[in-house]
Amino acid sequence: MGKTLFDKVWDAHVVKSITEGPDQLYIDRHYCHEVTSPQAFDGLRKRGLKVLRPERTFCSPDHNIPTKDQHLPIADESSRIPVETLTKNAREFGLTLFPLCDPRNGIIHVIGPEQGLTGPGMTIVCGDSHTSTHGALGAIAFGIGTSEIEMVLATQCVLQPKPKSMRITIDGKLQPGVTAKDMALYVISKLGTGGATGYFVEYAGEAVRNLNMEQRMTLCNLSIEMGARGGMIAPDEVTFEYLKGRPYAPKGEEWEKAVEYWKTLPSDADAKFDREIRFDAKDIEPRLTFGTNPGMGIGISEKVPAKPGNPTSVASYLKALDYMGFEEGQSLEGVPVDYVFLGSCTNGRIEDFRQFASIAGGRKKAPGITAWLVPGSQSVLKQIKEEGLDKVLEEAGFEIREPGCSACLAMNEDKVPSGKLCVSTSNRNFEGRQGPGARTILAGPLLAAATAVTGAITDPRKFI
Amino acid sequence: MDKKFTVLRSRAVPLPIENVDTDQIIPARFLKSTSREGFGENLFRDWRYDKDNKPIKDFVLNDTTYSGQILVAGKNFGCGSSREHAAWAIADYGFKAVVSSFFADIHKNNELNNFVLPVVVSDKFLSSLFESIEKNPGTEIEIDLSNQTITDTSTGKSEKFDINPYKKECLLEGLDDIEYLLKNREAIEKFEENSKLWN
Repeated sequence: MGKTLFDKVWDAHVVKSITEGPDQLYIDRHYCHEVTSPQAFDGLRKRGLKVLRPERTFCSPDHNIPTKDQHLPIADESSRIPVETLTKNAREFGLTLFPLCDPRNGIIHVIGPEQGLTGPGMTIVCGDSHTSTHGALGAIAFGIGTSEIEMVLATQCVLQPKPKSMRITIDGKLQPGVTAKDMALYVISKLGTGGATGYFVEYAGEAVRNLNMEQRMTLCNLSIEMGARGGMIAPDEVTFEYLKGRPYAPKGEEWEKAVEYWKTLPSDADAKFDREIRFDAKDIEPRLTFGTNPGMGIGISEKVPAKPGNPTSVASYLKALDYMGFEEGQSLEGVPVDYVFLGSCTNGRIEDFRQFASIAGGRKKAPGITAWLVPGSQSVLKQIKEEGLDKVLEEAGFEIREPGCSACLAMNEDKVPSGKLCVSTSNRNFEGRQGPGARTILAGPLLAAATAVTGAITDPRKFI
Repeated sequence: MDKKFTVLRSRAVPLPIENVDTDQIIPARFLKSTSREGFGENLFRDWRYDKDNKPIKDFVLNDTTYSGQILVAGKNFGCGSSREHAAWAIADYGFKAVVSSFFADIHKNNELNNFVLPVVVSDKFLSSLFESIEKNPGTEIEIDLSNQTITDTSTGKSEKFDINPYKKECLLEGLDDIEYLLKNREAIEKFEENSKLWN
């Protein structure tokens, strides 16, 4: 029987299988940020251990960093300490660090692929659930906890039970005005927030194949929001084209050998998945969330759905609607909004800024809207300037900030005030995610732009 | 910390809410500490305290009717972020086990790595536990790891639960994964020698 893409990559990295236990999996790349790593380095010190393979770990501060005046010391001490701790740990253990203001700094899930550190067939971990992003290039990439970070630092391995496999095929072509974000939100709302728990997903089908690399990253990034440990897409010409010439990508003869190997990775025609799901791209419209988890989503033309059947589910559903201030059966189009956030490891790439500018350009930001446009990395910021998108957006009344995780989880100053409604291109609409009491609606960059110029939730197709 | 887990008999704290995410267990603004200690005081911070840091009376952790070392929660507990701080907060608060009908993967591993036992029960058993605790908050639950059973001592209802045999052994013996992996150095080096992958 044939093997899946996931099987091929996983099996090639098993150091040892523990009888009736997890696999000991070798890790090619370990990415590290300042929030989840300090306790792991402390653990090494306590045990008197070194990092086994320092050349395989790459560090970048991203969660706590301000998006203004990054050249100045970080004013808030509680944010400065973790960032400084990462610098200190990277130095002490001999790890590569992309510090604040370095042209390679940015959100770890944006810079990994950008630097060519992420590649097909790799195993990649990071103490961050959105590590699933890197699966877009055909890698097995998943989030881990701090104890597991310590394991990787000490032994370059983690112990993981092999997840089950699921293939999600999206046939056909996306309609104009519909983005990879809408695709992901559609799939998550169909499966539910725990619908893929225990599985590793492969995305396939014409609509997935037609996505460019940045859009594929958006899709894979959100795999965790339906519980999947990760999501991946078979490497193809789009992948090779994206990677070629990037700083850490293989060069010359090595490149030729790598591509030859990568071409063997796609799932075999007779490979069996534990679960297969199919959707049609034509059924997907611009989407947004109405509740407090990413699975609570609807199409822009749909209404907030009726409450579910069982009592515990009803309680959770009513709690969510109460928090958001929405009602059963309500349409969200036209609801006034206070904040718009473009950015994060989900939608902070050049493609997202192009999409946002395609609607916001030549128009004006609505007076009541506070907009935060935050590139995912220094490299994205540079490209925004090279393409002149900064000028287009400035003329429309928007300002581009400096890169970082920013208002996605509000660990820096970019907090949405209590009670305010934010249309956000990030990945989580949990209670208080963007600041205590903040209300978040998740959407793609096009809907965010349409909302930013009108001041209320707007179907982006009106501007296309 | 006593890491070994054998039999736990305790009253339980009910949280009949589904999809409890790690941002609720420990909000991001409390992740700035660089140590593992002290997260318990901010466990469920925004459900537990209002804007002025006053306890919210009807939240279960503020309700003296309920206490114990077992948290019983609605399905898909711990979804969202990979922050191990969520498991540290649960352990630091004093919970030794969490019972639900479904756990998110990363959080479940994080609990296990901190010697907090995630006990997966059927939806039906979970509902009966909620009912039982509501009727009698003094209800004691017994979790026996060796036999993989959970028992509601007030009704006598019992159920078997699954756990990976390797992890079960780790908990019973109080051993962690790093200790296991460190013993495997040779296998790791051999793997590296034989690996022909580009990476």
